[in-house]
Amino acid sequence: METIIQIKNLGKKYDIRHQKGRYVTLRDVLVNIFKNPFRFARQKAKEAIGISGKEEFWALKNINLEIKKGEVIGIIGGNGAGKSTLLKILSRITPPTIGEIRINGTVSSLLEVGTGFHPELTGRENIFLNGAILGMTREEMAKKFDAIVEFAGIEKFLDTQVKHYSSGMYVRLAFSVAAHLEPDILIVDEVLAVGDAEFQKKCLGKMDEITKKEGRTILFVSHNMASIQSLCNRCLLLDAGKIIKDDTTIKTIDFYLHGFSKNKKEVVLAEKKEIPAQVLKIKTENEKGELISEIQLGEDVILSIEYSVNKKIDGFNVGTLIFKDDIPVFYSLDSDEEERLLTEAKDAGFYISRIKMPTSLLKEGEYDIQVVFGGVEEHYNQNAFIRTSIINTSDNLTNKSYRSDRRGIIYKKIKWETKKI
Amino acid sequence: MTNLTIIRPNKTFSLKDFKEIWKYKELLYFFTWRDFKVRYKQTAIGASWAIFQPFVTMIVFSLFFGTLAKIPSDNTPYPIFIYVGLLFWQFFSNSLSDTSNSLIANQSIITKVYFPRLILPMSAVITKFADFIIATFILVGLMIYYGYLPNINGLFIIPFLLFITFMISVGGGLILASINVKYRDVRYVLPFFIQILLFVTPVIYPASIAGKYSWLLAFNPMTGVIQTARASLLGTTPINWTLLGLSSAVCVVILVIGVVYFKKTEKYFADII
Repeated sequence: METIIQIKNLGKKYDIRHQKGRYVTLRDVLVNIFKNPFRFARQKAKEAIGISGKEEFWALKNINLEIKKGEVIGIIGGNGAGKSTLLKILSRITPPTIGEIRINGTVSSLLEVGTGFHPELTGRENIFLNGAILGMTREEMAKKFDAIVEFAGIEKFLDTQVKHYSSGMYVRLAFSVAAHLEPDILIVDEVLAVGDAEFQKKCLGKMDEITKKEGRTILFVSHNMASIQSLCNRCLLLDAGKIIKDDTTIKTIDFYLHGFSKNKKEVVLAEKKEIPAQVLKIKTENEKGELISEIQLGEDVILSIEYSVNKKIDGFNVGTLIFKDDIPVFYSLDSDEEERLLTEAKDAGFYISRIKMPTSLLKEGEYDIQVVFGGVEEHYNQNAFIRTSIINTSDNLTNKSYRSDRRGIIYKKIKWETKKI
Repeated sequence: MTNLTIIRPNKTFSLKDFKEIWKYKELLYFFTWRDFKVRYKQTAIGASWAIFQPFVTMIVFSLFFGTLAKIPSDNTPYPIFIYVGLLFWQFFSNSLSDTSNSLIANQSIITKVYFPRLILPMSAVITKFADFIIATFILVGLMIYYGYLPNINGLFIIPFLLFITFMISVGGGLILASINVKYRDVRYVLPFFIQILLFVTPVIYPASIAGKYSWLLAFNPMTGVIQTARASLLGTTPINWTLLGLSSAVCVVILVIGVVYFKKTEKYFADII
């Protein structure tokens, strides 16, 4: 089989400076220059010779990959592993910092359903607009128009403005346009997470049909292991911007679920003085104070965060989020729960904060806990994650009914009352 | 296969970019079509707005500047004098403000799909060009009413004037749009900037009013465009070829700077928008 995509030594670097919460305004820049002309000059000089103080973050590093025509490749990995960045570079939305990619064919990317849909336009108009944005020619669209409408099942609402559509109809129409693309390579991000289960199945079926019949190459990012397993024959696992496993789908998924993420009872982050506040270490403990990486169903995890504050920050607060498959489960659990803490300043120094996470409310499975810092003006997102598994090894049979493969995330013991009437 | 794409860190500006825009001409058409369609949706009088705006401005300006302030108008009726100016001016200023906003307005598409980004500013100007065409009908009406016949040479020069206006708007718009991606100040500065620009362009007054300093106005490329339009449509003055040449030169400079700067910053739009 011929090679259709070849990636050599690919890397993508972001400056954390760019990722602060608000927009840089020209005024900020000018004020900064006039207030501290010497510091500005020094900063520029440092940047020029490459020892600048800003923090670099490699979202991807040393990626080498060869993809053959007709392969369907799944890409999995935790939060911030670099999956989306890889897809964005492949679809030419953002350029790599180093390295090279050779693509031998046409590419369509589907990073979101309904890109460019305009609420004021009708379904018919949006089919043409969206098709053009995704790279279809007018001829192609005219030819496939009926098939698209039929697949989406919206014949009756074709001339209704999309803003009056239900969200289900909207997604069906959007996906239907995308499903009728005919590129050599199709790049798909987690787009199937929307839409009802039945339609998801239909979409997966359609994708399966496309690849099997027409020999199309597909790159597919998903958190849904079942859909990866049913579609892909090869699977990549990304972690911290690197490919750490490239194997058959079954082997990679097995490695991801069982081998790789465990045994991290604490995460230590490299020290960088330049950012105002910084996570140094995250630990997970049980109620007895022992370091753990997994906890029994129904128990709370105690999160202990060591961090440094490098300059005085107004309204400093520590925030935590619990994710399940990239979806935050709880409203963020922040340290500014009291009103006076909203504006209280924190002096420079080293701190340790502890919080009991309400994991006793969650069912079995893998959870990612993220730590972020906020101030009055901005927040500092450092990509600080730790993973905890909730397991159930007790003999308690009541708990056994809360199997992890069932739907739902929240777990709470309940009591039934039944009597004959 | 001929479809080889190579993705590398430093993509510089080349002839290939023009070929690519040609390849994506349908998308250009669809963006223009969308903007035009969406703009007058849910309005009572629809595309008549394109006429309404310059028409009402003309009446108000004629009343205050023409009748009350008695600003000279090169011996032509003030309403038709100012309407020619307004027609080109509004095409230019509306294009400029829409272009500078075009990237931000489409940020959800920019961060999700690849296409030559140059298409967005271009389609913004084309949409405004459609408005220009609609508003031209009023001009035809005014010319019949006041009994003006354009000279034949004049008619040939109008497309060239439109071309210059188009290119200045694209060029200037590209610069502003690229800055706007990084510094949102642009959208606050621009309306104010355009207002100032109106007064240093001979729209409501003839260039001759500036006397011996009128050469200063000539560096504003819209001066040449508007003066020439009046000369050819109304025969106010003979066509000043030096002035027109200067306008074209400034237009080329703005366009080149715009395209080069845009291409230089283009690759990071998706990262910082």
